[in-house]
Amino acid sequence: MHFAADYWYVALFALMGVIFIFVALFLAWLIRPHNPTPDKLMPYECSVRPVGEARVQFRIIFYLVALLFLAFDVEVVFLFPWAVVLRELGSIGLGLLAWFDMMLFIGILLLAWLYAYRKGMLDW
Amino acid sequence: MSLTQLCERLLNWTGLPVEVWVGLVVAVIIFLFMTVIVLAVVYLFRKFAGFIQLRLGPRYVGPRGVLQTVCDAVKLLAKEDIIPAEADKGIFIAAPLIVFLPAYLAYIVIPFGQPPHFQPKDLNLGILYVLAITSITVVGIITAGWASGSKWATIGGMRSGAQLISYEVPMSLAVLVPVLISGSLSMKDIAEMQGDRIWYWNAFNISYFGLAFIAFVIYMICALAETNQIPFDLPEAESELVAGYNVEYSGMRFAFFFLAEFSNLFVVCAIATTLFLGGWYAPLPFLPDDGFWSLLWFMLKTLTLVFIVLWIRSTYPRVRIDQLMEFAWKRLFPIALIDLGIVSLIVALR
Amino acid sequence: MKRNSDSGIGSNYPWHKQRPVIEEPRPGEALRADRLIVNMGPQHPSTHGVLRMILTVDGEWVVAAEPDIGYLHRGFEKLAEMRDYDGTIFLSDRWDYLASMSNNIAMSLAIERLLDIQVPERAQWIRMLVAELQRIASHLVFIAAYGLDMGAMTPFFYCFRERERIVGFFEALCGARLTYHYVRVGGVAADLPDGFLEELEKFIPMLQSGFDEIDELLIYNPILIERTSGIGIIPPHLAVSYGLSGPMIRASGIPYDVRKCHPYLFYDAVDWDVITHEACDSWARVWVRSQEMRQSLRIVKQVVERLKEMPAGEVRVKLGRSIRPQKGDCYVAIESPRGELGIYIVSDGSGKPYRVKIRGPSFVNLSIAPRVLPGVKIADLVAILGSFDLVMGEVDR
Repeated sequence: MHFAADYWYVALFALMGVIFIFVALFLAWLIRPHNPTPDKLMPYECSVRPVGEARVQFRIIFYLVALLFLAFDVEVVFLFPWAVVLRELGSIGLGLLAWFDMMLFIGILLLAWLYAYRKGMLDW
Repeated sequence: MSLTQLCERLLNWTGLPVEVWVGLVVAVIIFLFMTVIVLAVVYLFRKFAGFIQLRLGPRYVGPRGVLQTVCDAVKLLAKEDIIPAEADKGIFIAAPLIVFLPAYLAYIVIPFGQPPHFQPKDLNLGILYVLAITSITVVGIITAGWASGSKWATIGGMRSGAQLISYEVPMSLAVLVPVLISGSLSMKDIAEMQGDRIWYWNAFNISYFGLAFIAFVIYMICALAETNQIPFDLPEAESELVAGYNVEYSGMRFAFFFLAEFSNLFVVCAIATTLFLGGWYAPLPFLPDDGFWSLLWFMLKTLTLVFIVLWIRSTYPRVRIDQLMEFAWKRLFPIALIDLGIVSLIVALR
Repeated sequence: MKRNSDSGIGSNYPWHKQRPVIEEPRPGEALRADRLIVNMGPQHPSTHGVLRMILTVDGEWVVAAEPDIGYLHRGFEKLAEMRDYDGTIFLSDRWDYLASMSNNIAMSLAIERLLDIQVPERAQWIRMLVAELQRIASHLVFIAAYGLDMGAMTPFFYCFRERERIVGFFEALCGARLTYHYVRVGGVAADLPDGFLEELEKFIPMLQSGFDEIDELLIYNPILIERTSGIGIIPPHLAVSYGLSGPMIRASGIPYDVRKCHPYLFYDAVDWDVITHEACDSWARVWVRSQEMRQSLRIVKQVVERLKEMPAGEVRVKLGRSIRPQKGDCYVAIESPRGELGIYIVSDGSGKPYRVKIRGPSFVNLSIAPRVLPGVKIADLVAILGSFDLVMGEVDR
């Protein structure tokens, strides 16, 4: 069997999900009132007229978090295949080697984490 | 012509394989199940929180107020739909879809009971698929905050973006522990590895010296953060950001956020049950756990976890953003990594 | 869709065209984030009424905060000039609607000093009793609301359960639950009803255990301590120079309490302590209030003892149909739950006050907000502003 044989199911579910959403929105559209006024369409800002735009440049720390996430989440993805086969490798006597290899990889990333920590990247 | 014949004729006429039709029916059933479970969990939560908080909760709609959440759903359906003039229309409309779809798709691999009858489909990448699909939610939430054009929503969206991605890393590391122990990514295999003895369940298995239990705790903490529950409900902190990223949404669009939030709560607890608490198995071998019994056991365990989460929700105050982020990166991440390292050593030596 | 209307709040439609003046980034500051100008309030869950804070935020951090008040202005000082002295008491119910009894007492004391009359002893003890019960009720509301600000919903209901019982006692006294109008010029409106003191005695231990529950649920909750300690620090010198009073100044380590420093009623005849805390932060302000409730309960116990010994009797001086004090002025301050509540009355000898000035403690306490708020996070802003225990009815009057 092809390894991806079952994944058409996900596509089917996604399709159905979109259909459900549109059915629900259509039902709502049938019965809901529609009466927009300028005040109603004003963005919420505690009942005061907003000043300035909402979409501005945010503090750099948010983007740093995204970068960190990228680095470490990719690391986790690399860990997954290793985690699946480690038990098998252990049964043929390669377990310690595989473990050590991955610890080397994790160790390097932990160094990166430590660097980020010391640099204050994790401080808010 | 009997009904079976009619169905057969219809099937032949469409020319689609039978599995597709079965899949469609399952999709509808899962959607209904999701809706019902959310309505039930919300109702039970309101009752439960009411009893914790010295009040009675919903009482008037239906016997003991059971229809209250149904009424709320109908109300949301009939509510005026407002798209602010400032909003970026296209992505404003798309955001609830992006949040709702992953919540719905995550149900595919959950073994609600003994497979294959109670699991929609056992994908071979099961748990990785769930992690991948649920991490799409964050895109929807940031999009919602950004598209609304309201400052509170923008701040809420940025906050939740930072929060959700930060807690995803320790969560994935915690999930790796049961994967290591069972050597498979399929939800069915992971549950079957644990079997029907409570002392073989991952969370309570003493041959891992309680390390798997630490992973379970880390997973549950991250689950709280991923589903925006108190004490980690910063993205929608009511007293600070009013409602956070969904402040501009109303009616059915808001309902999708709401549905996704409570559905995600159920899903993360269901995954915790599968990974750490033996899935659909009974805690002791002589207890029945086949057929509908398995469904019962699974729901019992999952709802217990849901109620622990809701209990925490109605007890604790909220943490602050810096505490939240530093807790994820400075505490949970190294603990989860070390935990994983030791468990993998045990597995490798065995 | 019609996008422009010439009237009302939406008249200047393209709001984003009205960009605020943002200074150009200095060299080397190119990565600095844009600043948002956000209005927090008047319709915001954690401004406790209709306070509007104009915030300049940079991501999650507050750069500047400016309180904008006046949404609840009803002109009490001017209204008081329009009616006779008796009539000003019921206005006072509505300044600080969480502590109407204290307001009643302040107004009555001021008018009595103008009139130079002696109030019956029993009335004075009853005033003390209701003032302390009111303090407990008000602090309970504060703790409840503070819990909500911090995202904890459950303590709210526990606090309100206790407050509800106190309000029940007030209802037995005067029939009202919020605006009592119980303390009048020359005494109190009526003597205690039968069995009131016995019921109150039964209630005191219940309240004591209620306090313990609230302490456990909220005050000593590790998350709350983590969140509120070390933020919103008001050093003692700053507290004095801004004229803070009440729990705000006592949480900065200064034992200033009008009841101790300038005793009125019989506060020097009962045994109680002024609670202070050295930490000067938000948690200290919460803690001081939670301990003050216990002190108030101590006072209530002693007052109940005294009142039981006393025979029921005269509780109000007979005054004529209209009160006409001598020409002159006076300032009377009492310790309301929020701090020093001062009333300054000028009389021109007629039946109506010439001028009434209210020194609302919330108003004065709010004045330090622009000083302590810049530099904190938005979440902390709620934690700090909440710990001020503002009642907008008193700020705006």
